Amino acid sequence: MNRIDAAFARLKESRKKAFVPYIVAGVPGSDETVEIVLELERLGADVIELGYPFSDPMADGVVNQAAANRALELGVDADAYFAMVAKIRERSQIPILVFSYLNPIFKLGFDAFARRAKAAGMDGMLLVDMPVEESLDLQAICKREDLSLIFLAAPTTTPERLEKVLQGGTGFLYYISRTGITGEQASFQQDFAAKVAAIKKASKLPVVVGFGISTPDHVRTVCGLVDGVVVGSALVRRTLEKKPFADMLADIKALVAPLAAPTKETWN
Amino acid sequence: MDPGQFPDKWGRFGQFGGKYAPEVLMPALEELETHYLALRENPAFAAELDLHLKEFVGRPSPLYFAERMTKKCGGAKIYLKREDLNHTGAHKINNSLGQVLIARHMGKKRIIAETGAGQHGVATASAAAKFDMECVIYMGRVDMERQAPNVQRMHLLGATVVPVESGSRTLKDAINEAIRDWVTNIGETHYVFGSALGPHPYPRIVRDFQKIIGEETERQMLEKEKRLPDYLVACVGGGSNAIGMFYNFLDKPSVKMIGVEAGGHGVLTGLHAARFAGGTLGVLHGAKSYVLQTKDGQIAETHSISAGLDYANVGPEHAMYRDLGRIQYTSATDEEALDAFGQLSRLEGIIPALESSHAVAEALRLAPTLSPDKLLVVNLSGRGDKDMATVIAAMEEVKKTAASKGAAAPGMPRP
Repeated sequence: MNRIDAAFARLKESRKKAFVPYIVAGVPGSDETVEIVLELERLGADVIELGYPFSDPMADGVVNQAAANRALELGVDADAYFAMVAKIRERSQIPILVFSYLNPIFKLGFDAFARRAKAAGMDGMLLVDMPVEESLDLQAICKREDLSLIFLAAPTTTPERLEKVLQGGTGFLYYISRTGITGEQASFQQDFAAKVAAIKKASKLPVVVGFGISTPDHVRTVCGLVDGVVVGSALVRRTLEKKPFADMLADIKALVAPLAAPTKETWN
Repeated sequence: MDPGQFPDKWGRFGQFGGKYAPEVLMPALEELETHYLALRENPAFAAELDLHLKEFVGRPSPLYFAERMTKKCGGAKIYLKREDLNHTGAHKINNSLGQVLIARHMGKKRIIAETGAGQHGVATASAAAKFDMECVIYMGRVDMERQAPNVQRMHLLGATVVPVESGSRTLKDAINEAIRDWVTNIGETHYVFGSALGPHPYPRIVRDFQKIIGEETERQMLEKEKRLPDYLVACVGGGSNAIGMFYNFLDKPSVKMIGVEAGGHGVLTGLHAARFAGGTLGVLHGAKSYVLQTKDGQIAETHSISAGLDYANVGPEHAMYRDLGRIQYTSATDEEALDAFGQLSRLEGIIPALESSHAVAEALRLAPTLSPDKLLVVNLSGRGDKDMATVIAAMEEVKKTAASKGAAAPGMPRP
């Protein structure tokens, strides 16, 4: 059982929900990323999605695009990325997964990348443009390394596809709250609750919901339906601002504390 | 080997191709494939497409004997397949029309597309106008500047042209932005992918709508010369005009085929879009193929004077036939393409698109090495009206260089 599975088992036991923040590795800097992860853990994060930058993030909105560009300008490559993870591991046992696109991982080699991820102390990966049917090799490799391989489900996912996604995936299922790219939104799509409830019913894996979660009300709605929430763009936006790092950490705290709070309540 | 067996049901051409798309799109790709396979078997759809290809596009396009170019080269007999004479000025309309018809049958109300040179954007905007559908075209800011006449044409045709400011602001970035639109508006929208690229089933659909080029060429050549051509030459960006010309001849071993990539400033400079010269196996925009990328798998910036060839990935079907040795690939530099642009204009009174000029450049190199009994066909995929600003700027550049060297630049159009 890796750290992701253990975290969800513990949360289930204590009837709490998972708070899963997403940040892009290396933004605003490598040392700062380590500090941000540790701060997020203190603020109640249960799993960290650590973005590995790709030059052409075609499912991301402007905020995450800008963060990926920034990370690439700062020279974030596999060496820099795994060095950050190793530094976090010296000080924390929070579950961390790679969040990226297929090509950078494919280019380095699934096998080599998975071994390095494991050695650095990572627990799983999610590749946005890697659908379950193309992932047989990667499934075998992740199984061998005891890395969770997380897939997305979307409002467009049919029941037949959902079954395939649930068969191929481990760790948790990441449900996208809406058809669209990453970014903050004011409210959920109309049929959101019904769709999420159906996914939750069908899933043997814990279900977390992401894309557009940016207010405590969003978090509360999601916690009533599934096992956790992802907060991405709202947080990434704070890491892109040009200001002293202490102020940035304060901004992150001001954003995250109220968002994480509902996940720490006792849910049925 | 039967070329019809590719792609397989997973969308693979050997190890290339596939369907690497975000989950939101996967059901839409499945739906598109289902509709497409059904429509292919539907005689009413075939009749509808044929009618519009004839009366809207103006097919068949002529196979033209380039007499003065042949004489100048002093070798193989050169024919031009005149896709430049199609309505909207390039081969792109064959695919745009077909896909807009599919979209109509699927009940979609809104059409989106990416465009590089603007030819696919104009073709798609025309087809969308004809069938009264909303049309949004994504185009990199750099390409909007270098292909300004096509931007104006799209506006006239009622399309919205969205400038793309991200990345290198060229074709790759326009595709990213079109994908972002599609994942957001998936319900009512069909994405008319413009080249033999992208996730399955696009490479197959685009090829199927473009293969008419090679089918007509065979028929026309048999009429004119009573035999098959010996060489086919076409430029390769994503590769839709090339696969459209080549596909019909893949199982005819006597026919040699050459795809011409954009050599930019020269493949040794790194400033080019020659995927087969500098690319490695990768996945970009849904398809596994040869990709220009860094050792870390970040997509490299490409360079070509022609916006339509300025792209880091190449169609997966081309990648397979390249590895099998069935199709040869070479490249032509910006300079060679400009020279060919000028030569064809003066020799034949035909102004080719800068993309097609790369194929003309290869024909100018190859024909003199062949004996006069050989037949060579260049796919003249588009016309060059859109390229005036780029060519005039390049002429000024050459004039300046020539003046400083005290010599005239050979082959350039006279100012």
